[in-house]
Amino acid sequence: MNDKYMYSLIAVFLLALLAYLGVEAAGMDVIFGVVLPYVAVLLFIGGFVWRVMGWASSAVPFRIPTTCGQQKSFDWIEPARVDNPSTTWGVVVRMFLEIVTFRSLFRNTRMKVKSDGRITYSLELFLWLGALAFHYAFLTTLVRHFRFFLEPVPICLQWLENLDSFMQFGLPVVYMSGVVLLAAVVYLLLRRLLIVQVRYISLASDFFPLFLIGGIAFTGILMRYLSKVDIVGIKSLTMGLVTFHPVVPEGISGLFYVHLFFVTVLLAYFPFSKLMHLGGVFLSPTRNLPTDTRARRHINPWNYPVHVHTYEEYEDEFREKMIDVGLPVDKMPEPEPEEEAASAAAEAETPEAGEKE
Amino acid sequence: MKDNLVSILKTKKSTIVKKWFELVVNSYPPDTASFLKGQKDQFANPVGHTTKKGLEAVFDEVVSGMDRDTIVAFLDPIIRIRAVQDFTPSQAVGFILDLKFVIREKLKKELKSAPVQAGLAEIDANIDRLCLIGFDIFVICREAIYQLKVSTERDKIYKAFSRAGLVTEISENGPGSPGA
Amino acid sequence: MSDLSKSDEYYSAIDHKPPKPTGWMDTPVNLRKGIYCHSANPKSLDYVGMPNARKFDPTAEDWLLPDNWQEIIHKGFKERLDKFRSLKVFMDICVRCGACADKCHYYIGTGDPKNMPVLRAELLRSVYRNDFTKLGKILGKVNGARPMTLDVLKEWWYYLFQCSQCRRCSVFCPYGIDTAEITLLGRELLNLLGLNIDWIATPVANCYRTGNHLGIQPHAFKDMLDFFVEDIEEMSSLQLEPQFNKKGADILFITPSGDVFADPGTYSCMGYLMLFHYLKEKYGLDVTWSTYGSEGGNFGFFTSHEMMKRLNSKMYMEAKRLGVKWILGGECGHMWRVIHQYMDTMNGPADFLEEPVNPITGTKFENAKSTKMVHIIEFTADLIKHGKLDLDPSRNDHLSVTFHDSCNPSRGMGMFEEPRYVIKNVCNNFYDMPANTIREQTFCCGSGAGLNAGEDMELRMAGGLPRANAVKHVHEKHGVNMLANICAVDRAALPDLMNYWVPGVDVTGVHELVANALVIPGQNSRPTDMRGEDIPGLELEEEEDTDE
Repeated sequence: MNDKYMYSLIAVFLLALLAYLGVEAAGMDVIFGVVLPYVAVLLFIGGFVWRVMGWASSAVPFRIPTTCGQQKSFDWIEPARVDNPSTTWGVVVRMFLEIVTFRSLFRNTRMKVKSDGRITYSLELFLWLGALAFHYAFLTTLVRHFRFFLEPVPICLQWLENLDSFMQFGLPVVYMSGVVLLAAVVYLLLRRLLIVQVRYISLASDFFPLFLIGGIAFTGILMRYLSKVDIVGIKSLTMGLVTFHPVVPEGISGLFYVHLFFVTVLLAYFPFSKLMHLGGVFLSPTRNLPTDTRARRHINPWNYPVHVHTYEEYEDEFREKMIDVGLPVDKMPEPEPEEEAASAAAEAETPEAGEKE
Repeated sequence: MKDNLVSILKTKKSTIVKKWFELVVNSYPPDTASFLKGQKDQFANPVGHTTKKGLEAVFDEVVSGMDRDTIVAFLDPIIRIRAVQDFTPSQAVGFILDLKFVIREKLKKELKSAPVQAGLAEIDANIDRLCLIGFDIFVICREAIYQLKVSTERDKIYKAFSRAGLVTEISENGPGSPGA
Repeated sequence: MSDLSKSDEYYSAIDHKPPKPTGWMDTPVNLRKGIYCHSANPKSLDYVGMPNARKFDPTAEDWLLPDNWQEIIHKGFKERLDKFRSLKVFMDICVRCGACADKCHYYIGTGDPKNMPVLRAELLRSVYRNDFTKLGKILGKVNGARPMTLDVLKEWWYYLFQCSQCRRCSVFCPYGIDTAEITLLGRELLNLLGLNIDWIATPVANCYRTGNHLGIQPHAFKDMLDFFVEDIEEMSSLQLEPQFNKKGADILFITPSGDVFADPGTYSCMGYLMLFHYLKEKYGLDVTWSTYGSEGGNFGFFTSHEMMKRLNSKMYMEAKRLGVKWILGGECGHMWRVIHQYMDTMNGPADFLEEPVNPITGTKFENAKSTKMVHIIEFTADLIKHGKLDLDPSRNDHLSVTFHDSCNPSRGMGMFEEPRYVIKNVCNNFYDMPANTIREQTFCCGSGAGLNAGEDMELRMAGGLPRANAVKHVHEKHGVNMLANICAVDRAALPDLMNYWVPGVDVTGVHELVANALVIPGQNSRPTDMRGEDIPGLELEEEEDTDE
């Protein structure tokens, strides 16, 4: 059981070691600072596009949204416009809430019967909160890092940084996002390790990204608050990367390369992993389609004709019996010679199975 | 003298029942066990809730009363569940006997005193009786299942049709013979 | 349920240490009696041209598979990945967050970890990763990939037929991953190898041939309805004249055939008959039944998309042949998911029909204007809203009613208020079950998607436990004695479920309640309800009336 997270943990340690020794001992800073990041970005973009195209190339034969609220039927019944969206706008709002607020995770209502017999409902919030904290902290951290790739640093990034560090304590100012990110990773990790059910369903590929992202946050925090790194040098490296004039300044610490290598690995790994839920969530047919399926016809691109049992075949088989009880028939039987009628009747008793389509 | 053990059992009810519940729940696969223990919503977790509620009430009866109707009312729902789950008959009702082990484990110190121990025989006898009642319930539940199996509405009606010659069969034993 | 060789297990495990957990991939499948269904009758498979029809014993080592079965599965999987974006996306994006894990009624009831929706899907995903992803090929088991072996195939069969495609898990999934879709496509793959269950395969063959799933021939179908007509005359002295296969009728009515032959669905069927009679006498409504299209339910849906289409085709074909204006559908669950989300796409466009308008109220059923099929609950709700029905809800006063939202009309349509509106207008005592067991969070009856057989009774009872548990709550708290629903499988399955878990609660379709309350011109005092049971109080009144 524990091999699942041990493999992942060891893998992340090895990656860290690889980068550190690669730079510090083998002097491969060009490889880790320039070559691999470029390769990773290419892999990320190419892989991402390839995956999304892969999904998009598969057909959507049927409109199968999960309806999580009242349908639109009569004027006098209020429809659930978002949870059962019959319009494109409803779908847009539904997708927005799904992607931005993790609406479905928020549905975990829990009922408790109080000692006086009253029933109360509460939300099982932790997974939802943990997921939200993780994703938003990650996003903020990511956007904050744009300051390394933009010159001059746009004013909106300044605002974001101010917002992120509004609880001023210590110097340098502490960014909430980094701390929250690390805390959320730890929470999600503990959840996978401690909740037996979740541990049971977890794969190595569930632990690996958590350890990796945890490693990124941890090395980032180390660099910012504990070990002094050469910010100016780093910025010249990153600016070199985005302006396609790569330079590798001297004196950047190995720790930075570990951080960068983790990011590199994450980028390269991303398109081939479950992390692609970032792209996939937009394409989920149970969420991204309107529910007015009886009002508007959906076209199946590969709809093909199938064998059906026609009314004519049906009447041919049961005509006599239908006439006997007064059911209307399309074709009245012509008077037949007796022999044929008898054999036809016998056939009706034991139709050939299998040869009919 | 007997009252002595009874009063100890009454005061220690929550720890004993908690341990007993844990043993019962551990008869499920580990991840399921944690769900049964952890989920407090009685509608999201009917098995855990029914079991817990039942064990508490049944424990009261073992300690004082042994009122058959009450026992059946609370034991039946537990065994009714276990009768359709992946348990052998002995596993389905054997959890009742666990109570003997739990009492001995949780009252190790108290049971060293002779007067307390004297009451144990009667408690054990009550647990045995409980187990026999549980066995009765189990058999009733299994009979109910078999009854449902043989008399699914569908089959009854089908047979009526069949007798009336109203059903066409694709061939003998072909489609139309239910559950063939 | 067990043989004697295992019967000492309890004491051998008396130390009660929790069993050492093994990974789910390392836990071999153990087919337990009472959980799985009989394998499909080869004749039924043959009749509709399904491949590899043969008799096999699920417990046997050898399933008599074709030699190239792995290739068949692989090719079938590949084909479906291209045809269904749902499958491809759902195979890729699950993060195993566990939100769905405890939402499945089969997991809650059986406690079998592989009934967690995420794991049910992982059974397929593990093979998908091995066969179709780079990392899966390179990393193998570390990445959750495994090759398709006979054991895996057996696991698929065992667990894909332990899913009732109720979609409850899909409601809670942050990506909307729909286990019903995965199960449906997984069953399609199994069907390529002739691995269906008989309670699906045989009804499919029967539906295909006779139009209904028991193989009732046209004359017998009419005989059954004539029998109901006699019954109704006896209890109400009304004379009904239902129409069959009538060309030029305004509306074609199709209901699951279960309503015609199995109690308590039959009472709802009589309810439809009485409602149509009332509307015909008062407003001249022209409805016809069809013997050719005598099955609303669609067991093809549990087999493959193609089979679903083949069986469903009869609805439009019959509507076209008879030249009706639109189609009215009876109370059924999966039938309505097929109609609502598939029919128009598969067998439409229904340009030979008119956009449905209620001829009595003038209401345009805008929500059905393309498919041109209206749910009878929508139809009746509209009639009640416009005051077109003369109702005496006190005739249902002997009943205390709760409503079980059937899975498919809930999570595949969103029909929550209409049935409640109808029930509240025909019954005075209505109590909903707790909120996390109804509407979009409703619990399945435990017998859907073709699992309503007899031999898997343990699965059905365990899977139905969460539903029964909520019924028990309102039974004890409010004295509920009637469980209403709008699904033929519910009407067949819930009586067994109530019988086992909550004795004292009966099961009914909504239109049985409507018919109970309907005051029809020309009827006698109708001292009994649809089941022929005396309505308390009414008998007395009648005696007083005759005294005067």
